Amino acid sequence: MSEPESPAPLDADPEAPAQTVAGRLAFYQRAGGVVTPLMTAVVAFLMGGIVVLSTGHNPLRTYKAIFEGSGLNWFFHVGNHSIHVPFTHTHVWFLWDTNTNHTAPYNLSQTLLTTTPLILTGLAVAFAFRCGLFNIGGQGQYLMGAIVGVYIGSRFTGLAHLPHVLFAITAAALAGALWGAIAGFLKATVGAHEVITTIMLNWIAYWGGSYLFGRGGPLQNHVNQAVPISDDIVDNAKLPALWGNPHLQALHVGIFIATGTLIVFYLVLNRTTLGYEVRAVGFNPEAARYGGISVARNFIIAMAISGLFAGLAGGLDILGWQFRLGVLDVQVSNIGFIGIAVALLGRNTAVGVGFAALLFGALLTGTSTRSLDPNVFPPQLAGNLALMIQALVLLFVGADLVILYIWQARRKLRLPGAARAAKGSA
Amino acid sequence: MNAVPAHPPWLPTTRHVAIAGIVLGLLAFWLTIPPVSARSPWWPVLVGLCAIAAGIWTVTRGVGRPGWGAIAAGLVGIALGLLATRTGLGHLDQVVVWSALLSSTLVWATPLTYAAIGGMFSERSGVVNIGLEGMMLSGAFFGALGADKFHSWEMGLLCAAIAGGGFALVHAVMAIHLRADQIVSGTAINFLALGVTGYFFIQIYGENGTPGNIPRIPDVTVSSLGTVFGHLNLMIWLSFVLLIAAHITLFKTPIGLRIRSVGEHPRAADTVGISVYGTRYAAVVLSGMLAALGGAYLSIGYLGSFSENMTAGRGFIALAAVIFGNWRPFGAFAAALLFGGSTALSFRLAQPWGNASVLFQALPYVLTLIAVAGVIGRSVPPAAAGRPYVKQ
Repeated sequence: MSEPESPAPLDADPEAPAQTVAGRLAFYQRAGGVVTPLMTAVVAFLMGGIVVLSTGHNPLRTYKAIFEGSGLNWFFHVGNHSIHVPFTHTHVWFLWDTNTNHTAPYNLSQTLLTTTPLILTGLAVAFAFRCGLFNIGGQGQYLMGAIVGVYIGSRFTGLAHLPHVLFAITAAALAGALWGAIAGFLKATVGAHEVITTIMLNWIAYWGGSYLFGRGGPLQNHVNQAVPISDDIVDNAKLPALWGNPHLQALHVGIFIATGTLIVFYLVLNRTTLGYEVRAVGFNPEAARYGGISVARNFIIAMAISGLFAGLAGGLDILGWQFRLGVLDVQVSNIGFIGIAVALLGRNTAVGVGFAALLFGALLTGTSTRSLDPNVFPPQLAGNLALMIQALVLLFVGADLVILYIWQARRKLRLPGAARAAKGSA
Repeated sequence: MNAVPAHPPWLPTTRHVAIAGIVLGLLAFWLTIPPVSARSPWWPVLVGLCAIAAGIWTVTRGVGRPGWGAIAAGLVGIALGLLATRTGLGHLDQVVVWSALLSSTLVWATPLTYAAIGGMFSERSGVVNIGLEGMMLSGAFFGALGADKFHSWEMGLLCAAIAGGGFALVHAVMAIHLRADQIVSGTAINFLALGVTGYFFIQIYGENGTPGNIPRIPDVTVSSLGTVFGHLNLMIWLSFVLLIAAHITLFKTPIGLRIRSVGEHPRAADTVGISVYGTRYAAVVLSGMLAALGGAYLSIGYLGSFSENMTAGRGFIALAAVIFGNWRPFGAFAAALLFGGSTALSFRLAQPWGNASVLFQALPYVLTLIAVAGVIGRSVPPAAAGRPYVKQ
């Protein structure tokens, strides 16, 4: 931030370069675009810290433990190490330790593993948002993807590796797309509000999954009839592991698919006719209709693409590291719901969603039973702390007005002249 | 919400649904006699329930007589169907089973009734309340906490109402003054309540859970009312009172008129001197308190303990009941009974049907999805629901 500490009143010298009211406003808006989400996250963590403090724990040590549990401290541990080039037998020199038998690299791989579906469920919310729709059904679409992923992954045993993986992933993504398109179709044809329909679809997927994998259910384990879990997917349907031991939740190639999807999201939205229409409908459906864009068609397409992302997330989780799906997995999963927080914190942009997903991935991993040091802070509490922080992020992100108000108050405080001039020109 | 498109001629009307309901009611009986002669009593029940659902649906949408006909057909179909399947079974057993099912239906419908009537007040005033689930959960936890710490269930209910009202107040400030998106804010409330109750539950009670001697809301014993209605919990009786009070308040008093006008056309209400913000704050906080009472019934009324995330989606079923009941108290109550009944059935059917009984838990959501799809008689939410109001 290069602004001077005590700028001269603007109306004193209107000729000064880059000191126009518009320029200054634009600066504040630009700054607000990045600063607002950051402030939101910081305030949410601060309030979480207050709760930790009020219940007799040390917030600084707790957050440090969560940070270390997330593996992000890995970046500060530089040394003389080597890295194994994937899919070859060569090792080359590397600045960081990549052996996942050590704590920090392992935790980091887990953070990235959680980030993968969060990117996609975040995009599922973000894409619909850009079309003016609130897709609260990421969870149901994710579950549909996971259910279809585990079905195809555990059947069709004769297929070769690549076709099997591609088939399973495509089918999972399409299942999610179908689940999303139902809501889009109802919105487009009879005007049913997408929030209500997607909530209902979430719970239908929830109980549907509970039925399918429950004891005696159609997709329940064929060998062990006592456990409410699906069959394992076959080895030929598993995604290749990138980093770590495949039996201990290794990071899989899905992270590349997710990051690739971020780029696809950006390109589709900003560089194609489809994206232009979606955004036009999102800005103003009436104007878009007047401009010859079919609003109904775009509602369906936007929801289908949203569902595609979420379904892909479900498929990748199954084929990448879960390898099976149980009733309990269906019932406790909330990756799709966290996607809402990811998208809103990331301002529904590709870059923002990427960073927000990493933040929440780190938070989830850092507070998990496996990563958090129980001597510092009980992990059962930490999981709930993570929920609170997500909720606070959502609350503050939802209330843009607070942040704008603070910015305005700050501007008035520091630039009495600018505020007056802005008011005059408005 | 969107403008209502014209009703296409190829879609069935509300009257058709009522007729379909009557047909389903007859079908419920027909299934049990030759040539089909289904021996399981659950088939007529399932089909009869669908008939009743169609009936409730049409009655709340203004097509009275065929709708009541469908409800009656459903009930008669179930009754006759059961008579037909009862052959060979002990009569006394059946009475016990069915009275147990009826009281279990009331048990599961009661939390839904509280939350649904609360949600109805909020939505009628123009604030969508997705956070019902979180408010219920907070009521369940703080009700148990209050009852435990103050050694009285009355204090438990009070704590629950305060907690639910507090969460609702957060939602109200966000939705009304800060003009945040009401869906985002409601979702945040759900997460927040989940996190807060889970955190303090573990912090205070740890691994052992809530103690077994929490003061419980008492049952009301009226021996003249028989086995089902003779031993109902106080909260169930109160929910009947609440239902009537809500109906009178909403449709027969100036307060109700204000709430409805603020939800339909806030600008007009503001012009005639009704405080839009004040009315909405009151309605949202009331909805939080009622939802919390429903949650408290679960923890200190029915189960006598609290566990993490114990509401498990009941707030969303309540939301569905509001919509299914067309934003009316008796409609919401009928939907709550229907949905509570499907929960009760799903537990009872676990024995004969095994895992498939779980699907009954999905019935409320499927019915509501069909309902909002508007293919059959549209649900019309209050016109200003979900829209923040800016004073001029």
